[in-house]
Amino acid sequence: MVEATLLTKVFHDGTKGEIRGADAVSFRVEAGRIYGLLGANGAGKTTTLRLLATLLKPTSGTAVVAGHDIVREPGKVRANVGFLAASTALYARLTAREVIAYFGRLNGLDGAPLRARIAALADELEMHDFLDRRCEKLSTGMKQKTSIARTIVHDPQVMIFDEPTLGLDVMTARTIIGFVRECRARGKTVIYSTHVMGEAEKLCDVVGVIHGGALRAEGTVAELKAMTGESDLEECFIRIVAPGVPR
Amino acid sequence: MNWATIGTIYAKELRDTLRDRRTLISTIVIPTVIMPALVLGVGKVTTAIVSKAKVEVPRVMVIGGADSPGVRAELEKSGRFRVETATVDWKALISDKKVRAAVEIPAGFEKALDTGSAPAITLYDYQNELKSGLAVERLRDFFTGLRDRTTARLLAERGLPASLARPFAVAQQNVVPQEKVGGNLFGGIVPYFIIILCLMGAMYPAMDLTAGEKERGTLETLLCSPASRTEIVLGKFLMVLTGSLAAVMFSLISLGGTLLVVRASLSQGPAAAALGPNTPTIDPLGIVGVLAMVLPVAVLFSACVFAISLLAKSLKEAQSYLTPLAFVAIIPCMVGLLPGIELGTGLALVPIANVSLVCKEMLSGVWHWGYIALIFGSTAVYAAAALALATALFRREGVIFRT
Repeated sequence: MVEATLLTKVFHDGTKGEIRGADAVSFRVEAGRIYGLLGANGAGKTTTLRLLATLLKPTSGTAVVAGHDIVREPGKVRANVGFLAASTALYARLTAREVIAYFGRLNGLDGAPLRARIAALADELEMHDFLDRRCEKLSTGMKQKTSIARTIVHDPQVMIFDEPTLGLDVMTARTIIGFVRECRARGKTVIYSTHVMGEAEKLCDVVGVIHGGALRAEGTVAELKAMTGESDLEECFIRIVAPGVPR
Repeated sequence: MNWATIGTIYAKELRDTLRDRRTLISTIVIPTVIMPALVLGVGKVTTAIVSKAKVEVPRVMVIGGADSPGVRAELEKSGRFRVETATVDWKALISDKKVRAAVEIPAGFEKALDTGSAPAITLYDYQNELKSGLAVERLRDFFTGLRDRTTARLLAERGLPASLARPFAVAQQNVVPQEKVGGNLFGGIVPYFIIILCLMGAMYPAMDLTAGEKERGTLETLLCSPASRTEIVLGKFLMVLTGSLAAVMFSLISLGGTLLVVRASLSQGPAAAALGPNTPTIDPLGIVGVLAMVLPVAVLFSACVFAISLLAKSLKEAQSYLTPLAFVAIIPCMVGLLPGIELGTGLALVPIANVSLVCKEMLSGVWHWGYIALIFGSTAVYAAAALALATALFRREGVIFRT
């Protein structure tokens, strides 16, 4: 389970002054559910997710992730979170197996249990053909599978996806979408950020619309449509974040 | 802090680095090649140039001397010069390296020789030019010989012994062990190279493990793991330190091998006869001392380059930050190369310069334990401060997520 309470992050920029990357963001996601964070570029999705994954410290507010407070127990939070983003790359000079093993060790796995876990992941993600190939030699699809394996090697309770399909072709993006659904099916708590309406509509049980760092609306896709009186999610999104914009 | 996690990060960085060709070049190839290249290569090239210059029969011009045909004839007969009468543009010819040197024989020189009151001979050269210098050296040698022969002849004519002109000889003898002589000779240059290589060895791993990872997006991946920021810094820092120490070790092994080759070549043939037992050596204990002093320097450099590289968002930016640092480090390093600078309490606290000076002393067999302790201690304090700064920087979100 993930519960964010008035999560706020203020950045100080020399020219732009104070920027509120996340502004009193509160939401709750239960296990076995996908929470979609829908927003345009610069809306505050990445900041919010980085706060939940303890990559950033909140200016105020907090969140409880898998039973641990992000401010007081950041290490325990990270041990229970799998974070996959377009910006989280792989080590080019290591093989896929070495990358997965490295993150397994950092999560306390070692020896026979680690080898067994890597073998199981390779079976599940069909990675045996390229497991011992260096990441720099892998195709985009193979890299994504390796990234997925790296993210779940420690079997985390909470999965955070930050625009994971950004820049990917349709086939590779489908692998990711399938994996996100699989996480829900296994009872994991999933938070998924995107600016693609179709993805939010297809995947998410609940969608939070974020704009200017603040959560502007929240509900199922059907509830958001009912709230705005729109039948199309894109129009619905525009009504929420920019009510003055003409149709 | 979990040391197993630090070990895991270090092991991964080591494996990753050993597969990086650019890092291997800066930490292993260059340190291994530079010493033999300097000692053997530069030495060989210099010897070849000097030998070639010595073989050349220099073209020299004679100014005046019309009434001293005997001297000129002797100059020509010696076969050591191509003698020509000076033209009006003789200075320009020396400047253009067409003529190596000129000699001015004053009027009435030969006649005055018989009375022992001949006026001065003047030699003209191109200052600090190798071939001109060699020509002037030959001319000086020729005229010194002429002077000695004239003295001997004048003394003989007066029935006096030749030893009258030189009633006693002046001898010079070294009383210091050859280790000290060698230390004094190489004591400045060896620490200079070791300190520079120490920095060079740390530079590329530091850039790759910080700015390089930011650029490639792998730093964020690592930050998602349960490893704390301190553990990540220490794991990465240990790799940078390994790079620095590896550069030093490879350069020392290479230097040792090079010196053995030089020693073997000097122990045979004419060189051995010329040197006899007077071959300068380096005290092995001095080398051990230098290695011990280099350890805190390596920590200091590693932490500094790590901290500076962290501020950059790309490898290119990190390179532009670190290149000036190399120059800043070279300046205090050069203190050890300057003659006459002695170690004092003030200098003992100046980072890098202090190590450079104390290493020079240790290689000469001089062990000032008070200064050694002060320098080791102060360098360790500077190194700890730099490492603390690197750790503090790594905790700053603005530094880590600067894109």
